[in-house]
Amino acid sequence: MHEYPITENIIRIAEKHGQDYRAPLVIDGNRSELLEVRVTLVNLVIGDNSGIIPESVHMYFDLIAAGTIVEGAELSIERVKSRLKCPNCGELFIRKPMSFACPKCGADGHPTEIGKEFYIDSIEVSSS
Amino acid sequence: MHDVNKINIMEDIHGVNDHIAEQVNHNLTHKGIFVVNEMGAPGIGKTSTLIGIINRLKNLKPYVIEGDIESDIDTVKLREMGVKSYQINTFGACHLDAPLIHNASNNIDFDGDGILFIENIGNLVCPAEFSIGEHIKLLICSVTEGSDKPYKYPLAFEKADIILINKVDLMDYVDFDEDFFMKGVRALNRNVPVFKVSAKTGEGFEEMTAWLEEQASRYIEAGKSHTHAHDHNHSGNHAHEYGHEHTHEHGHDVQIKVAHTHEK
Repeated sequence: MHEYPITENIIRIAEKHGQDYRAPLVIDGNRSELLEVRVTLVNLVIGDNSGIIPESVHMYFDLIAAGTIVEGAELSIERVKSRLKCPNCGELFIRKPMSFACPKCGADGHPTEIGKEFYIDSIEVSSS
Repeated sequence: MHDVNKINIMEDIHGVNDHIAEQVNHNLTHKGIFVVNEMGAPGIGKTSTLIGIINRLKNLKPYVIEGDIESDIDTVKLREMGVKSYQINTFGACHLDAPLIHNASNNIDFDGDGILFIENIGNLVCPAEFSIGEHIKLLICSVTEGSDKPYKYPLAFEKADIILINKVDLMDYVDFDEDFFMKGVRALNRNVPVFKVSAKTGEGFEEMTAWLEEQASRYIEAGKSHTHAHDHNHSGNHAHEYGHEHTHEHGHDVQIKVAHTHEK
């Protein structure tokens, strides 16, 4: 249920970077005006072990983006499977439910950062 | 004219929370306060464990921030014991975050070195994801919840700095497979200390409280000496430490700066 405030953060970050893009457009060497910018795409990366539910982020995204320059943007979410690392043979593997055992040698794997990702990779902006 | 451009961001969405958490940690360390983030499922014994610890603290003063969805019955209980406590009601939110703790800690009058216990919302999932400025995370489990919890809620176990197995006085009445539980804990967290306790009988509390107080004293002393160096001594040594810390984050840029500092 904490996806609501988190989706607000996502919109805020996309908005900030979109605004930064509104560089003044110089016309006739002296008159300048700000570009109209809209964010059209937000590329998000969510690890399976980040505790964030992508479906919930999707649900709130349009609602929170309304009235901002992010309104109407497409939200693309790349998911990353969580992987453990075997301390014995070094194998990186996806664990089976109720087990941490390495599929190669059977030793219990340890957590890695793979699968904890939660960040905005990039956005696309359209300017006119 | 109509252009579409891609902007690379790579920005962590928890960034704002983590930044405030660092500030909270810095401010409290400066005041001689060690912060414990207490996490566990509803009914696991978070408040009774707190009371058991507080009654056994020898040198440090207890402070408490209580996080609950509703009600302040735990805070009332603690205040009756004379403990400085502050209640946060989240009205539905499933965890505490750094801005909430920032405000709450500004409302506590810290008058002496001590431990601030932050009792998180009863939940084994969300609290593990949010840093709230703590020095350590204390995770409470119990024999009545079953031994499969590390396998089902791995993040909480991975992030814990100390784990308590509470309600051990009920061990004979339930099917708690301690070996299976510990196998999971060790896969996720090789060195975390695990204490078997009972908040009801007091079993294991002396040893566990002593461990906590020793950790706290160590952090408080280290915090003071660091703060001292920061305030009064901007030596070459300090600059090196600072640059060195940042080498990992920014790569070559800062390494060059560090080398420059040394030339001076």
